[in-house]
Amino acid sequence: MDNKGIPRTVPAKSATFTDPVNAEIRRAAATGIYDIRGGGAKRRVPHFDDLLFLGASISRYPLEGYREKCETKVTLGTRFAKNPVELEIPITIAGMSFGALSGPAKEALGRGASAAGTSTTTGDGGMTAEERTHSSKLVYQYLPSRYGMNPDDLRKADAIEVVVGQGAKPGGGGMLLGQKISDRVADMRTLPKGIDQRSACRHPDWTGPDDLEIKILELREITGWRVPVYVKVGGTRPYYDVALAVKAGADVVVLDGMQGGTAATQDVFIENVGLPTLACIRPAVQALQDLGLHREVQLVISGGIRTGADVAKALALGADAVSIGTAAMIAIGDNDPKWEAEYQELGTTAGAYDDWHEGRDPAGITTQDPDLAARLDPVDAGRRLRNYLKVLTLEAQTIARACGHNHLHNLEPEDLCALTMEAAAMAKVPLAGTDWYPGKKET
Amino acid sequence: MQQYDLEADGLRGLNAALQAQTAGPEQTAWEVLNPRGSHAIAVGLNAPLEVTVRGPAGYYCGGMNQQATVRVQGSAGPGVAENMMSGRVIIEGDASQYAGATGHGGLLVIKGNASSRCGISMKGIDIVVHGNIGHMSAFMAQAGSLVVCGDAGDALGDSIYEARLFVRGSVKSLGTDCVEKEMRPEHLEILAGLLERAESDAKPEEFRRYGSARKLYNFDVDHADEY
Repeated sequence: MDNKGIPRTVPAKSATFTDPVNAEIRRAAATGIYDIRGGGAKRRVPHFDDLLFLGASISRYPLEGYREKCETKVTLGTRFAKNPVELEIPITIAGMSFGALSGPAKEALGRGASAAGTSTTTGDGGMTAEERTHSSKLVYQYLPSRYGMNPDDLRKADAIEVVVGQGAKPGGGGMLLGQKISDRVADMRTLPKGIDQRSACRHPDWTGPDDLEIKILELREITGWRVPVYVKVGGTRPYYDVALAVKAGADVVVLDGMQGGTAATQDVFIENVGLPTLACIRPAVQALQDLGLHREVQLVISGGIRTGADVAKALALGADAVSIGTAAMIAIGDNDPKWEAEYQELGTTAGAYDDWHEGRDPAGITTQDPDLAARLDPVDAGRRLRNYLKVLTLEAQTIARACGHNHLHNLEPEDLCALTMEAAAMAKVPLAGTDWYPGKKET
Repeated sequence: MQQYDLEADGLRGLNAALQAQTAGPEQTAWEVLNPRGSHAIAVGLNAPLEVTVRGPAGYYCGGMNQQATVRVQGSAGPGVAENMMSGRVIIEGDASQYAGATGHGGLLVIKGNASSRCGISMKGIDIVVHGNIGHMSAFMAQAGSLVVCGDAGDALGDSIYEARLFVRGSVKSLGTDCVEKEMRPEHLEILAGLLERAESDAKPEEFRRYGSARKLYNFDVDHADEY
């Protein structure tokens, strides 16, 4: 009411020009540069939360939850490699670079993964001695920048991952800004200290799938056909990309959806390019099935895996394993509320801190500042990661047993239903309470 | 000299034999017969071997070489000597795209012409091309020297970092952030050494030097239009 008793119009903010949108417009106008941040897509997209397991009843009987065995082992790279990667659990640690992460953080990832019986992965910038020492199974990424790439480290790897793209920025290259280019990082990458490293988005010596086939041949010849060659792609056209990766000779395809994280790139890229992880899996599996190579070429899914339920759902849709990055960082201490006072000083809050490119991470993970990095105890952090991986596994086993399966790989689409039309269409599982999903062909 | 018939005995056997051989009492000179454009010839070597390929090679010949000298008596396909660490790769004929890509060390000599993207993302390798090079050569070149006795194509040295470029002939155009620089005595000395090692009779004084203006090393909105 105004002072004459006339009701006032209630101020209404635009659903289009929201406070965050307006703030970003003002920030862009003030600086002239796009927003850069780390992490994956924050927007709501159809995800594993939109699926449910049906569980067993009369038509299927369950396994005893605490006594009957439910296997979790997986072998990656059975197609061509003499020495496939044998893992105790179908959950691996995704590629994250030394440079993006501190040395103690990389060590913690290696320790945790090794204790849980799984692999970890290098990143842009090459392999450090610490991560090789502390990782019982180490996947060596072969990236467009080729920073730090050398044949000695290649021969030390348990697998090679040719990175074509990643879910946070399919079609984009790496980014490591000058604040994080320490002497050691600069030396590993053969670049001046303090410059902004904006890596190439394409490999320098091959372009299409026919070239990739020859590149993979070269890598196999250098390593004596001993270790598997993975091909990692961001989620864009998963049916064709998976088929072409297989045609090029991949032993394993790693497929990363848009919720998958990155150390740094443009926010507009993260939020507007690529497919949700959920939308990637079925086309990828279909490609493998059409080629008669499902399970012979293994499929690793990443992007937004948080719980054992997510693991189980990805496997039920046809993946052989999953990979985690952001969740592993959280497990070792990223965005921990115990640093809230310092997050506030940085203008953010625990759970929202994503300026990983600035190198001022209070948790000592996404930094090259020696004082901050020293905050992370790699032994303790590695133990937390190991615990978390164990919990993911136990949760996935719990669900698998309830669905009547004695191996996580026996989970199948028929164990699932969807809560939304979108999820039903993407996962090709029936909308809950029906036997129908959008696009289902009449039989 | 040991001989290996690639057509008859296959690629795996060749690379396995070369990779297994170390310097020492063994015979270190090898001759590869009938290469017929095969890919990945003599890759991943790590010993001071002398390998002569009698004919044209396909993709990635001499890839990731360490210590060895690989000589191709013919042309070479894309990515010759890619990611070389040390040693020498010598191409008697022409080289295709991406010659010496990402190489960290060693010397690549191309006695004919090199196609586009020669020296792309080079990280310390030295490359001497007796003839011409194609467009986008030395793109994002980080370290090392690229010597061109002939002409260079469009966009030479685009987004270059600290690599040194020496061109005797014309440059069709320079890429973003690549500029001509003063040729100082230390550069003439480097150039003279490279030309001698590459068996070129070109004179260092005939070359011009190009390198990074270093304006794009850190983002500046005023330079955004240059990309």
